[in-house]
Amino acid sequence: MSIELRGVTKRYGHGNAPLVVHGIDFTVPAGTLATILGPSGCGKTTVLRMIAGLEAPSGGRVLIDGRDVTLLSPAERNVSMVFQSYALFPHMSVLDNVRYGLDVSGVASAEAVRRAHAAMDGVGLAGFDARLPSELSGGQQQRVALARALVLEPRVLLFDEPLSNLDARLRRSMREEIRALQRRLGLTVAYVTHDQSEALAVSDQIIVMDAGRIAQQGAPQTLYEQPASEFVARFMGEAMLFDGQVLADGRVQLGPLSWQPRRAVPVGAVRIAVRPEAWRLASHDEGGLPGLVSKSAYLGATQELTIETAVGAVFVAWPKPEPVWTIGQALWLRLSGHGVSVLPR
Amino acid sequence: MARLGAPAHAPLAWWLLGLTAFVLLPWYLPQDATLWRSMGGVFGSADSGAGLTQALRHGKPWLWMAAGALLAAGLLLQMPSGRAQGRALAAVAAFGLLGVLLAGFAIGAKGWSFAPLERAFGALGGGQAGLGLGGATTLLALLMLLGIGVARIGAFRGDAFVACAVLLCAALLLLFVVLPVLQALSAAWLDDGGAASMAAWLERSAGERVWGLGCLAGGVRCGVAWNTCFLALLTAFGTTVLGTLIALMAERGNGRGKRALQVLALLPIITPPFVVGLGLILLFGRAGLANQALEWTLGVTPSRWFYGLFGVWLAQMFAFTPIAFMIMRGVVQGISPSLEEAAQTLRADRMATFRTVTLPLLKPGLANAFLVGFIESMADFGNPIVVGGQYSVLSTDIFFAIVGAQFDQGRAAALALILTAFALAVFVIQQRLLGRASYTTVSGKGDSGVPMPLPVAVKRLCQAIALPWLVFTLVIYVFAFIGGFVRTWGRDFTPTLAHLMTAFDLQRGEHGLVWAGTAWNSLFTTVKLAALAAPLTAAIGLLMAWLLARTQFVGQRVFEFGALLAFAIPGTVLGVSYVLAFNVPPFELTGTALIIVLCFVFRNLPVGVRAGAAAFKQIDRSLDEASTMLHAGTATTLRRVVLPLLKPALAAALVYSFVRAMTTVSAVIFLVTAENELATTYIIGRVGNGDYGVALAYCSVLIVAMALAIALIQWLVGERQLGRRKDAP
Repeated sequence: MSIELRGVTKRYGHGNAPLVVHGIDFTVPAGTLATILGPSGCGKTTVLRMIAGLEAPSGGRVLIDGRDVTLLSPAERNVSMVFQSYALFPHMSVLDNVRYGLDVSGVASAEAVRRAHAAMDGVGLAGFDARLPSELSGGQQQRVALARALVLEPRVLLFDEPLSNLDARLRRSMREEIRALQRRLGLTVAYVTHDQSEALAVSDQIIVMDAGRIAQQGAPQTLYEQPASEFVARFMGEAMLFDGQVLADGRVQLGPLSWQPRRAVPVGAVRIAVRPEAWRLASHDEGGLPGLVSKSAYLGATQELTIETAVGAVFVAWPKPEPVWTIGQALWLRLSGHGVSVLPR
Repeated sequence: MARLGAPAHAPLAWWLLGLTAFVLLPWYLPQDATLWRSMGGVFGSADSGAGLTQALRHGKPWLWMAAGALLAAGLLLQMPSGRAQGRALAAVAAFGLLGVLLAGFAIGAKGWSFAPLERAFGALGGGQAGLGLGGATTLLALLMLLGIGVARIGAFRGDAFVACAVLLCAALLLLFVVLPVLQALSAAWLDDGGAASMAAWLERSAGERVWGLGCLAGGVRCGVAWNTCFLALLTAFGTTVLGTLIALMAERGNGRGKRALQVLALLPIITPPFVVGLGLILLFGRAGLANQALEWTLGVTPSRWFYGLFGVWLAQMFAFTPIAFMIMRGVVQGISPSLEEAAQTLRADRMATFRTVTLPLLKPGLANAFLVGFIESMADFGNPIVVGGQYSVLSTDIFFAIVGAQFDQGRAAALALILTAFALAVFVIQQRLLGRASYTTVSGKGDSGVPMPLPVAVKRLCQAIALPWLVFTLVIYVFAFIGGFVRTWGRDFTPTLAHLMTAFDLQRGEHGLVWAGTAWNSLFTTVKLAALAAPLTAAIGLLMAWLLARTQFVGQRVFEFGALLAFAIPGTVLGVSYVLAFNVPPFELTGTALIIVLCFVFRNLPVGVRAGAAAFKQIDRSLDEASTMLHAGTATTLRRVVLPLLKPALAAALVYSFVRAMTTVSAVIFLVTAENELATTYIIGRVGNGDYGVALAYCSVLIVAMALAIALIQWLVGERQLGRRKDAP
């Protein structure tokens, strides 16, 4: 079951109220996981809620499995959703929470218990039947929410920032579980998050949103390596942007550095996005951009440096323990092939 | 297309109910029979016949409109559901509804109500009485079918449950608030002959008695409108200042006496509004302690100096300061301590912090407390009637215009119009103010700051004013209590149970216990009617709160504004409206117990709505949405998720609507009859006769009973929460 949005817009209120979503188009192919990524307030949760049917679009159409569901209620869409707050019913036990969807659909009690237990086993919650949500840890609550969403055997599952209430360690294992579950059951998943590393880790496709519009969509690697705009470059990893030139021979020039880009770029002024890990440092002049270390932070696995150069301050992540760079030290910077993208001005 | 808002069998159930009511229930309100006895005559007499009987045998052909609408709706329900069906269903139901209602207004007890209609269609054979159970139920069923039809067209996002709920709430508000108030107020423009007349209105509402300024020029008295405003200003100012001081002391003092203040906050809820006035009379009235002391020491002849502006103002100060206190306590609690800590770390001393941070943050709360005090004072009836003396205000003048020898409907309506205009104006100001300038400083993030203790000067001020005030309040309540148990206040202070016996005597007669006291009747009636009204109030109130908090539909803003506006109508105006509007068909309720129950419900509805609104703020909205995503319909979500979580709010709404129904006086004083005497009106009557002992004994019994009721419920609700915590490991 694929999800498809065609020219979907949304405004809260009537007539002249500003649009919060400006004509969005994308497709999530059946059996894949797409993340909708963006800063808070970009409209990503609104998009998800329109897929769920909790909000009605102001314009455009929503298709699930090729069927127009724009005007259908959530119950008629065969869609399940995991909420940011999990939204577990606090007055019901874990079992009652999980079997709720079956009960209100009129499934016989014995059958409902059997299917609820199957769903709970699937997320590693066997034996938690009688517990109340308030007696569970954050990770367990997350699993209950997942089991409750899966018990109706939806083909489309929606996640609204499901990991934002968990600590960093748990977040990593939960996202791996979600990805494994999605693959095993062949689910079509739309997944909203503001965390780019989470998006890179779980997605088949990432849709980056900015102020109600899609800034770029594509495979994780494409978005990281070839951002189409400054916004995407900054948002996907901490790229720094510099003013550069494309020369008549097609080479790109940044200060004293120049190189042949992988894709041809029109001649003229450009912006160059460089990821912190793309810089190579040398303590001797082997050609390159000279600079002085002005800030240094030791993070164990890497060193983070700020280096003053002729093209401005440069932020560098140095992935080796040696040498240890000190403040005031002179050095020379060069670029490796990866992590540099040339953007039109 | 249609959203699965209600189970598929719901339309059929409503249709069956409507049909049953039309065929089997008395269409009109029987004139002199109980419902049970009139059931025998549903196929017979013109008095108690069902709709079908009336249409067939008693010459009321217009009732066929209801029957036709029901039959057509029944056929339409057999069709596959969809837009076309919805449109037809809505049209048919609307036709039935409008037809019955219009016929109801056009055809009165003796035929056509309006002369032009009579000329056009000729005289009718007979008229019709007010709608009864059958008529009302049929109308309800038609309204629900209309809602289902409208939802199937696609309105209300196709949710039939929401559509029906909105229509029901709007219809109730229209029928029992807007319509009676408008109808009653329009009497201000009718002259004695019943013709519309601008002059009559001008004479009633612009005259010397209303707007006169004689008192400023040294004359005897000012107009009643100025009186009301002046009193309201004084009371609002006084209660705001006192309430703020007490709130500061309670929240930022050294924590002693918090418990006593909690009780103080409860007092105005559980006491009838005039108890304070009675207590003050015992102190300052002609036979009061103050006058006695003066006479004994200085030889001053006791007089009625206390009755008038000063007396009413003092009584209102005692009665309404707790309300200001509760508002201000909430505001003081809402000030984030870290703001004050920030000011202090920036080298501001305590006084400077208080002046530059705390006080400005209190401002919106102060304005709110002032406006609430203003509204309460204007709408107050109990205190002015008990200690007002010659100082007349709008609410008492309306009362005397209706029940006094004058029986001047037009004047009552004109005065009610002025009072309503005042109340609505202040209410609109308050809403705008609250909408704009609320400095909510409590965020979801934890705030580990410690509230700053009050500056010494402010603390001294609070203690110097608030503590004596608290003691004085206590003294008044104690006196009010004692007053019921001494022989004659001021002359003979021998303790006695005689007053209590007069009111609540129990004797062992030949046939068992005899309720010999004169007050039993009114107490039983009050408890019965309040107990009937409380669940209705809670249910409608919570339903409206849910509609406002959790659903979106076209026209919601209008709905919300209308509901809030309806709640701003002063009780006196509502009562006078009921008595003027519901004495003719199609809604002929004057003199029945039903009208008192309805008055309780719509007078106290804001309590239910507020309790619900507060509860919905605390329940995460995504719980509803999660239930919707799991394929539960709206009605199922309400029943299985929302209602269980609302239990505490439901209990609170039930108790407060019950208690307020027990203690209200302004609205119902117009509606009571000898048969349906209420506790508060009984007491007012006793006060009118100068029979303070019985009145006070009765008040004490009421206060104790109410306190017990509240304690019981709070214990029950608290127990439930404790039980849940105990389950946790």
